[in-house]
Amino acid sequence: MKELKLGEKTYLNKISFPSFERIKKGSVAIIECIEDIPCNPCETICKFGAIKVGFPITSLPILDEEKCTGCGKCIPICPGLAIFVLNYNFSEKDCLLTIPYEFLPLPKEGEKVKCLDRDGKYICEGKIVKVIQPERNNMTALVSFAFPKKYYNKVRSFKK
Amino acid sequence: MEEKDLVIIGGGPAGLCAAISARKKGIDVLIIDENLRPGGQLFKQIHRFFGSKEHMAGVRGFVIGEKLLKEVKELGVEVWLNSIAYGIFKDKVIGVIKDGKNILVKAKSIIISTGATENPLSFPNWTLPGVMGAGACQTMINIHRVLPGKKVLMIGSGNVGLIVSYQLLQAGAEVVGVVEIMPKIGGYLVHAAKIKRFGVPIYLSTTILEGVGKEEIEGAIICPVDENFKPIIKKKKYIEVDLICIAVGLTPLNELLYQAGCLFTYKGYLGGMVALHNENMETTVENIFVAGDCSGIEEASTAMEEGKLAGISVAEKIRGKKWEDEKDQIRKRLDDFRIGTFGEKRKLSKEEIVREYYERVKTW
Repeated sequence: MKELKLGEKTYLNKISFPSFERIKKGSVAIIECIEDIPCNPCETICKFGAIKVGFPITSLPILDEEKCTGCGKCIPICPGLAIFVLNYNFSEKDCLLTIPYEFLPLPKEGEKVKCLDRDGKYICEGKIVKVIQPERNNMTALVSFAFPKKYYNKVRSFKK
Repeated sequence: MEEKDLVIIGGGPAGLCAAISARKKGIDVLIIDENLRPGGQLFKQIHRFFGSKEHMAGVRGFVIGEKLLKEVKELGVEVWLNSIAYGIFKDKVIGVIKDGKNILVKAKSIIISTGATENPLSFPNWTLPGVMGAGACQTMINIHRVLPGKKVLMIGSGNVGLIVSYQLLQAGAEVVGVVEIMPKIGGYLVHAAKIKRFGVPIYLSTTILEGVGKEEIEGAIICPVDENFKPIIKKKKYIEVDLICIAVGLTPLNELLYQAGCLFTYKGYLGGMVALHNENMETTVENIFVAGDCSGIEEASTAMEEGKLAGISVAEKIRGKKWEDEKDQIRKRLDDFRIGTFGEKRKLSKEEIVREYYERVKTW
């Protein structure tokens, strides 16, 4: 049966994916929003002016990778849950991905998890590093988890 | 007989916003709603809404619902709950069953904001327990906190199917798959991505052949279709499920508008037959207005703006004043929402409705 697949190619050349040079410098937002949806809260919330949607509001968000500090304010405001923050320099071996997470129970810091790609396929083992409670962001928790750097453009989710 | 300036039938996002806008302009408003709590579908919308700051983007639907209810209360809008408006008669007399008693209410103006109803999909065994509308399922999990099934098959990949699948995961169910007969999904890719990354498969060019079970649903047979939507039977597959959710679109709930004698037109992109209305949301029957999904299936965000437009327009007629600037701002916000691949066709259909209104009113 034919299945919808959301591999890396789905987003290739369609999103303003940060350059590898920028990714190597540290935390940066990755916005996987490739359809002309009338929506712009990511632009409104960014106090660094790093995300531009402009007019009309169906325009795709464009990231100014130099202005983006990777603060993550845009993660929980996105109604599409389509924004992640990647810290490529988390450790020598691992990168750290912060995702919006709306499931209970929340994972615990230090917990081992199975990292999944955009299609929910198992990629590698990972570890929960930080959990920001949902009360802080109108009921969206932010979960940061670490996994090998080489999967930085593959892993987008995890399961326990 | 009770007499009111404005009676709003249906207290969902459109009706509540209409009430607030009209009340702020000094109009006495009565909302009639058949449910035990107003808010329509807002309270089961636990996800964040799209749009801009002006559309309250990034805010969850039920939070918007709470805000609207607070405002309605503070403004002193009269609300009849558990009340069914069953008919609109001559001279805008509305028949209402309120708490089991028959009451007639006479209105100067009526806004009909009755929303929509879910489309059914029939297949063998679709009448067994364990087959339900995705919207009904959403009400059960998010309002009543009852999980109607543990292993779920979702039929339809529009935004309702995708969002309810995600919310079923949040409620602790396993979604074994989303089935879509078209070669691509109907809803937003971001909503699909939300369930895909937790491993929910979305089957394209696939349909359901039948539900399986004796007393209740125990499984389903799904099957790929060819380019003419004919099932390729030899590729059919059985999957074990205890709940089949149907998310194959909505139809405007507009019986009262028919009964009131409004003229209609067919707009496929808006869900079917819809009442003609002008740029103030007034139908071809003077002083009967329409707003929200019953005037064409869209989203809560547009329903709220249409409600405001109708509420202000009623106030203009009753008070003999003009608030054109305010109305233009609302129309601009509506236009802002009706753009892009998903919104453009709805915008064109809405424009046709207004055009046909003037053509038909002239010749009528």
